[in-house]
Amino acid sequence: MKKRFFELLRFVPVAIFAFVACMPLIMVISSSFLGSSEAAMRYGGVLGSGSNAVNWSLVPLYPTIKHYVELLLDTPSFFVMFWNSISEEAIILAGQLVVGTAAAWAFARYRFIGSKIIFFVYIVLMIMPFQVTMVSSYLVLDKLSLLDSVWAVTIPNIFSTLPVFIMTKSFSALPPSTIEAARIDGAGELRIFLKIGIPMGVPGILSALVLGFLEYWNNIEQPLTFIKTRSLMPLSMYMSSVTAENTAISMVASVITLLPALLIFLTGQKYLEKGIVASGLKE
Amino acid sequence: MRENICGWLFLLPSLAGLCVFLLIPFCDAVGRSFFTAMSGEFVGLENYAAVVSNKAFQLAAGNTAKFIAVCVPLLLCSSFLLSVLLNEIKGLHGLLKTAYLVPLAVPVASVVMLWRLFFYDNGILNSVLSSLGLSTVDWMNSDSAFWVLVFSYIWKNMGYNIVLWLAGLSAIPDSINEAAALDGCTGIKRLFYITLPNLRGTSFMIIVLSIINTFKVFREAYLVAGDYPHESMYLLQHLFNNWFVSLDVQKMCAAAVLMAAVITVAVFIMKRLEARGER
Repeated sequence: MKKRFFELLRFVPVAIFAFVACMPLIMVISSSFLGSSEAAMRYGGVLGSGSNAVNWSLVPLYPTIKHYVELLLDTPSFFVMFWNSISEEAIILAGQLVVGTAAAWAFARYRFIGSKIIFFVYIVLMIMPFQVTMVSSYLVLDKLSLLDSVWAVTIPNIFSTLPVFIMTKSFSALPPSTIEAARIDGAGELRIFLKIGIPMGVPGILSALVLGFLEYWNNIEQPLTFIKTRSLMPLSMYMSSVTAENTAISMVASVITLLPALLIFLTGQKYLEKGIVASGLKE
Repeated sequence: MRENICGWLFLLPSLAGLCVFLLIPFCDAVGRSFFTAMSGEFVGLENYAAVVSNKAFQLAAGNTAKFIAVCVPLLLCSSFLLSVLLNEIKGLHGLLKTAYLVPLAVPVASVVMLWRLFFYDNGILNSVLSSLGLSTVDWMNSDSAFWVLVFSYIWKNMGYNIVLWLAGLSAIPDSINEAAALDGCTGIKRLFYITLPNLRGTSFMIIVLSIINTFKVFREAYLVAGDYPHESMYLLQHLFNNWFVSLDVQKMCAAAVLMAAVITVAVFIMKRLEARGER
């Protein structure tokens, strides 16, 4: 009896805060089914010209998918930004897959001159916030005339050091015996990397990719500084153009923006957790 | 020899890219920070002096420091407590952990509307307050704007830290806990004498990662409140952005170098403290 009581005492606060954590997600989704007039009635006081207080309810009085249709069919600018985001993600993650895995393999599998110090540099770069390298990146992108193009927000990220750090952890954990065996069988180094390292390192690679996806889906600092043309902006910048007139639409836009990230999260949660744990391992 | 060549070949693409896009440009920025923009004259620390004496810089640096000083301990303690509780819960363990991770998957852009609904003058929070008979607060346009940002940071990063703590907790061997239990060391006592000392290595990395993540709160701040938010939440990130518009390269280079130096020194000091604690 007493034991049960303590179990409950532990469970209740954890559950309450877990609910609070999920609340915004629930609210965003339920709000997206509001019709224009109901949105104006409920949210007019905040986002429109009205002065009455917000009147929120979990389930809309008159739920509608009208604004989904409107956004998906009649708002080309939203579509453009959506595809910008998708293609930027694809370029960055594909680049990291090639460049990052190779670097991680180098750190994990070879003891070469300078490896320790270079790995240290990688860790320092991983810690630095974007603002530290913002000016210098701008200057070099300007010199290479890459500014205001999709390359300005992708190429620098391909060389991000966080995925290298995470993948190095996972490559280091591979059993050396398998690799030695392949080496004795006469397999070349590149072959060992491609045929043994990559397949066995898949969990670590996926961890880096899932973390990366969520990070770049939220990329705001880089497009804000490196891109001027509106049609090149990613989806994360769409909300900065929201005005009072399109409250209902922007709720729908919030949900559409959310879906890819939520999908990746739900399918890759195991890898996300692995990646987080790996990011917290000391070198 | 073979080790050397292979290692360098695998590393080369990544390192070359880093050099071209980050390292060499940053060294260039370090150099620029000692010269004037027009004549290219060596001015020593003059740019640095200009940055440090700048009123906006002082405000932003102060706010950023305050933000880190408030958020990191708050997040560390709350996530630790929840992890200790969650670690003991068997049923629904996975579901609860997922719930805490959800905010990590919710894009900043998606909650912007919601934060406005919550915190604007006629927002949800104020209507709750007034229905309870309490006085309302203009959250976004007063000093409480800072706390809106704190809330947003804690909400977003709780799950990340919980996963890290849980990993650290599960790395404590059961044998230690069992031995402690035999000696009558349970509950709060165990927390202080067994759990916490065993988590020292974990907590160092959690602190570092939590600090890195404080810089990302700019995203929420920018999308909710724009270039010039209430001055209580005017952070270094806003300042960099606004200097950027006027393209004051020398000043920005000096500020970037300063920021890099402060972060490096801070991490170095923490590393030393951690190493001393382990001995």
